[in-house]
Amino acid sequence: MIPVLFGVTVIISSLIYLAPGDPARAALGNQADAEAIQEVRADLGVDDPIYVRYVDWLTDVLQGDMGTSIVTGEPVSAMIAERLPATLELSIVAMLITFIIALPLGVAAAVRQYSWLDTGSMIFAIFWLSMPSFWLGLILIFLFAVQWQIFPISGRADSFLTLEWLSYLALPAFAIGARRAGLLTRLMRSSMLEIINEDYIRTAKGKGIGSQAVVYTHAMKNAMIPVVTLVGLQVPLIISGSVIIEIVFAWPGLGRLLVDSVLRRDYPVVQAIVLVYSCLVLVANLAVDVSYTYLDPRITYD
Amino acid sequence: MLRERIRTAGINLKGTLRAIRDSKVPARVVQSNAGLLGVALTGTLILVAVFAPEVAPHDPIAQNYDATNQPPSLEHPFGTDRFGRDVFSRVIHGTRWALGLGISILVFQILLGVTLGLVAGYYGGLVEAAIMRLVDVMLAIPGIVLALAIAGMMGGGIFPLVVALAAVGWRGFARLVRGDVKSVMEDEYIEAAEAAAVSDVRIMLRHVLPNASASIIVYATLTLPAVILQVAALSFLGMGVNPPTPEWGAIIEAGRDQLQTEWWISTFPGLAIMITVIGFNALGDALRDALDPKQSRPL
Repeated sequence: MIPVLFGVTVIISSLIYLAPGDPARAALGNQADAEAIQEVRADLGVDDPIYVRYVDWLTDVLQGDMGTSIVTGEPVSAMIAERLPATLELSIVAMLITFIIALPLGVAAAVRQYSWLDTGSMIFAIFWLSMPSFWLGLILIFLFAVQWQIFPISGRADSFLTLEWLSYLALPAFAIGARRAGLLTRLMRSSMLEIINEDYIRTAKGKGIGSQAVVYTHAMKNAMIPVVTLVGLQVPLIISGSVIIEIVFAWPGLGRLLVDSVLRRDYPVVQAIVLVYSCLVLVANLAVDVSYTYLDPRITYD
Repeated sequence: MLRERIRTAGINLKGTLRAIRDSKVPARVVQSNAGLLGVALTGTLILVAVFAPEVAPHDPIAQNYDATNQPPSLEHPFGTDRFGRDVFSRVIHGTRWALGLGISILVFQILLGVTLGLVAGYYGGLVEAAIMRLVDVMLAIPGIVLALAIAGMMGGGIFPLVVALAAVGWRGFARLVRGDVKSVMEDEYIEAAEAAAVSDVRIMLRHVLPNASASIIVYATLTLPAVILQVAALSFLGMGVNPPTPEWGAIIEAGRDQLQTEWWISTFPGLAIMITVIGFNALGDALRDALDPKQSRPL
């Protein structure tokens, strides 16, 4: 994990070299005076050799100093700290929605293979998977916020864990989660089908345990292993989804800050946000690895 | 390790080879309903893209201030936007942008990913370790986030969009090809070729790559809809194709403020994206089943 993180920092710090022309001038605009530009150039370290710039930036980041925004002059770490909870909250609820839809549907489809429920869940999965999430978001706003006025159009509530909080969260979280649920339903189904035909499931049924209990205690836990793997792979996708959905729903999270900062060429902020997102992915992967040992005690890490 | 196994899951080479050799693949693709649907949808889309100027009744960027914000009618099946442009014609021309950009980005992803995967699997050792580490690093950064940062830093537009999505999407191909190559490398004909002093490049291209081509084709077909969605997403965010170009994501963005009153502007390009994604996914699934029923979907 640590070597990967170092690789990520190398890629992030080289992003600035993609900018055409002078990055300081690009951020400050053509009207800026030479002194201000020189100051920003020194701050960004554009005149230093690549490795000096990289080492300087990395030492700062390791000490918790992510620099200051070129545009607002605010410390980047404060800007991120302000936005991160909103993104985490949205991603976690989106993930929960994915699970709540996909797990029961996938299990039901597998247990009643070839039934109308199975076919229905397949059509459902393909339907959600093929929909661009930002478009789904717009349709949701149009139907549920404008036409029927059940949910607010956009933004985030000031309160936490209240009904109001949930009403603001519902549409954006669903827009991210529904699409992810499509894939997870299909995976849960095929994973469950594989397990149901195993010998120990037949044995459990033969012992006379009710078929419900067999499904939920014996089969489900084993069927979860590939699902958990997929969840690990889903985290970057959920995060990617949240970036666009934050724009559609004016959600004050990291994704919106990223898009704004990219448009304003605010390099320190962009670099820091990409780093934070990558850390989220790596932490989620670690959590997935740890959960394997619970789901299947045969898996150990040396 | 488990994750690795699932990612490169079930590429049954022997079965794939046999399937190609008996060359009943096209017949088998259209055998299933999904395959038939996939072929029909993607075939239609390609025809529409090629003959867009003939299919579209109006010029996609011609403004007509006598007919702004018209609801769908016989003259304008998908209505018109605030500049009086025919949304139907714009969506039809959008097919060109979606397929054209999607396929060119895909070609770059394949060139980069297949080359690196081939080299990693063929040489092994330090080269492989270095390349696969790079893949791990790239997988740690969420795709859209990196693409957004690259495209944005380069200033936005079509060229940065292609570079950004190619830079983000090659990793899947590298992983896939490397897995295939490693299993081919154990075969005797590779050893024979090496003994006959055939050059490395020739062995890779002539003897190793053809054995991986079936899974590359399947993976590419299933990746194209994802790329098309990413192009639309980046254009929607203003970091890709810019207006007035009739690109689906850009059209949706342009109609966003008018959704309450002129719903048709954003709705139809979204449906077009859905149809495209369903078509290529169905085709990819059918291709995979036709080439090898055991092979699982790439993640």
